[in-house]
Amino acid sequence: MLYTSLLPIILALAVASFFLGQRRAERVAQAAGGLRQLHSLPSHYGVFVALCCALPGFVVFLVWMACEEHVITAMVASGLPEALRNLPANELSLVINEIKNIAFGGFTAGGGNPAVEAAASSYLDHLHGLRNIVVAVAVVTCLLPGWWALGRIDKDLRARNLVEGMARVVLLGCATVAVLTTVGIVLSVVFEALRFFQSVSPSDFLFGLQWSPQIAMRADQVGSSGAFGAVPVFVGTFLIASIAMAVAIPVGLLSAIYLSEYAAPTLRSWAKPALEILAGIPTVVYGFFAALTVAPAIRDLGAMLGLSVASESALAAGLIMGVMIIPFVSSLSDDVIHAVPQSLRDGSLAMGATRFETIRHVVVPAALPGIVGSILLAISRAVGETMIVVMAAGLSANLSVNPLAAVTTVTVQIVTLLVGDQEFDSPKTLAAFALGLLLFFFTLILNFIALRVVRRYREHYE
Amino acid sequence: MTEQTFPLYGGKAASLQERLGDASPQERKTVGTPFVDDPRMTCREVDVFYGGKQAISKVSIDIGRNQVLAMIGPSGCGKSTFLRCLNRMNDTVGACRVEGEIRLDGINIYDPTVDVVPLRARVGMVFQKPNPFPKSIYDNVAYGPRIHGLTKDKNELDEIVETSLHKAGLWEEVKDRLREPGTGLSGGQQQRLCIARAIAVSPEVILMDEPCSALDPIATAKVEELIAELRTQYSIVIVTHAMQQASRVSQRTAYFHLGDLIEVGPTERIFTNPRHKLTEDYITGRFG
Ligand SMILES: Nc1ncnc2c1ncn2[C@@H]1O[C@H](COP(=O)(O)OP(=O)(O)OP(=O)(O)O)[C@@H](O)[C@H]1O
Ligand SMILES: [Mg+2]
Repeated sequence: MLYTSLLPIILALAVASFFLGQRRAERVAQAAGGLRQLHSLPSHYGVFVALCCALPGFVVFLVWMACEEHVITAMVASGLPEALRNLPANELSLVINEIKNIAFGGFTAGGGNPAVEAAASSYLDHLHGLRNIVVAVAVVTCLLPGWWALGRIDKDLRARNLVEGMARVVLLGCATVAVLTTVGIVLSVVFEALRFFQSVSPSDFLFGLQWSPQIAMRADQVGSSGAFGAVPVFVGTFLIASIAMAVAIPVGLLSAIYLSEYAAPTLRSWAKPALEILAGIPTVVYGFFAALTVAPAIRDLGAMLGLSVASESALAAGLIMGVMIIPFVSSLSDDVIHAVPQSLRDGSLAMGATRFETIRHVVVPAALPGIVGSILLAISRAVGETMIVVMAAGLSANLSVNPLAAVTTVTVQIVTLLVGDQEFDSPKTLAAFALGLLLFFFTLILNFIALRVVRRYREHYE
Repeated sequence: MTEQTFPLYGGKAASLQERLGDASPQERKTVGTPFVDDPRMTCREVDVFYGGKQAISKVSIDIGRNQVLAMIGPSGCGKSTFLRCLNRMNDTVGACRVEGEIRLDGINIYDPTVDVVPLRARVGMVFQKPNPFPKSIYDNVAYGPRIHGLTKDKNELDEIVETSLHKAGLWEEVKDRLREPGTGLSGGQQQRLCIARAIAVSPEVILMDEPCSALDPIATAKVEELIAELRTQYSIVIVTHAMQQASRVSQRTAYFHLGDLIEVGPTERIFTNPRHKLTEDYITGRFG
């Protein structure tokens, strides 16, 4: 019980110690003859005491969170009867799972083994006992440093600097969490992908032209061996993303130029938010618009021209996706174009350049880093978009660059591979990780190129 | 001079008219010699308004051939505003309205039939802060000739770039790095690059708005030297806050005060023997 309220307890202690520290600092100041005698503001002393109090307890809590599972499992396992303890590792883990099930849900799989029942109750005992100890330890590790910090307050204590230092550590901690999370995600994807490559050779995956991952449940089923050639899926992704960018880059960029260079300020002040609304429409809405309105219209148009158009086409999905990402290009580009110094425009106009020449030769090159950034953002949106493609471009992995055919994309395939009940070690599900890894790799390269472009032009500008 | 010499100057709140002392409204005409024989540009009765606010009133002055006209005056008196009228840069300021007549070689530049593109090629401008484009040194200088289609081929363009950089006194410093960005030069080099850029389209008049105020004394000296050389081919109008600079580089000086052109005359005379009290106050450091 106490354990679940440990965080609020630590918080309360921190708040209390903040006020104690502040009060104490004020009293010290009075004794020394005014606030000016203090090295730092009273609130700095308060924060100092609060941090000294909260941080150690919090760290204790985090450490326990990280290893609770381990510690308890080890303790329970060591208390099991000989026969169970000597089971092979995977069976032992089944037993442990059952123990946990009994302990937490009272749910047992049929005739309960008395040894397991006993282990379950000892599990709970251990858990509660240890958690109470942790709470005690955490509170003590709050109170002791807090009390120590309170005692250290005097007019020469450099609380401001200490707080700065601690703030730095906290910030560093947060940054580390972000980086580690990324590393963790990448590593888990990499490992799952490696498992996939144990059953499917990388060259088949990278260069295979056939994608049909439906591996049968029984060996004698039709099509029991799936084909895992990623080429059609990636071609589909790039086809749709290119169509989308072909719409979004010109429209977005030109509207950004219009908004920032030609439009009256009042027009700009309402047209820009209006454009940004496009970004707020849920993609599923775009999806059914694409599937129900645009795709049939394209098919009918194609039929009129004597072309055969699939009822779900890359063109429909790409066009709508392009519309969806227009604001990513236009809004950001508008900001950077607007930020180009007026002196550059004046310089060009004073040379006798027209307004459009000025935009083309001076303003846009100066804003290019930001424009490239906005386009990059738009591309990553396009590559990662799933809903519109599922609804408007279909699921069939055709190897085709014909915008009128039905194609599929990486993200769509990942979704279809992972929805529903799946075994988590069949090549079919693991293929999702391989696709994800490859996609990640491509976007990384894209980012790298874009960064190079940006750097080159930034040199020109600064 | 003591305060008693000019009793009317006491109150800050005194209107311009009071400050002009005994001069009646008709006699608010510019003192000195605003007109020259054979002028390059003539300005007559020029008024400039920003919205409802008048920034320049009834300014008449000539800009002579092959000479430097310096415009001085306290901050906010309208020097930049007037300068920007001379190549219609004020067109880019929405609220700005220009009245009166400004002629370049006899043609009124505010005539509706006049196109600003060739006008600005004939009346170039250098700004207070160096503003090289985010392009290479070469492309900066080639910018004007390219947009005006002045050259037939690459050789000709190369030649223009080289002569312009020579005239701007920058060639020796940049001849090995023409492909590097112009923004990578020092402030003084950047300003000379901007001058090279302006003269690459062979203008007839060059307007300079405090071209040295962002430069150190050595770079300033170089630019001043350059102005003295350019005078042999161009008409130059320069706005400056440094009286020393005005006396070093210019042949004629015009003194502006609160939107009025107070006095114009040969530089030496203006600085040694100003006729108007306001001019005298300004150059002896009583104003601004
Ligand atoms: N874009 C504008 N909109 C409205 N008023 C302006 C604008 N530009 C200048 N003004 C006003 O016109 C007057 C003259 O300004 P101007 O910039 O010509 O002065 P200046 O003599 O160049 O001053 P400085 O020596 O400080 O550069 C000032 O009162 C200024 O506030
Ligand atoms: Mg000015």
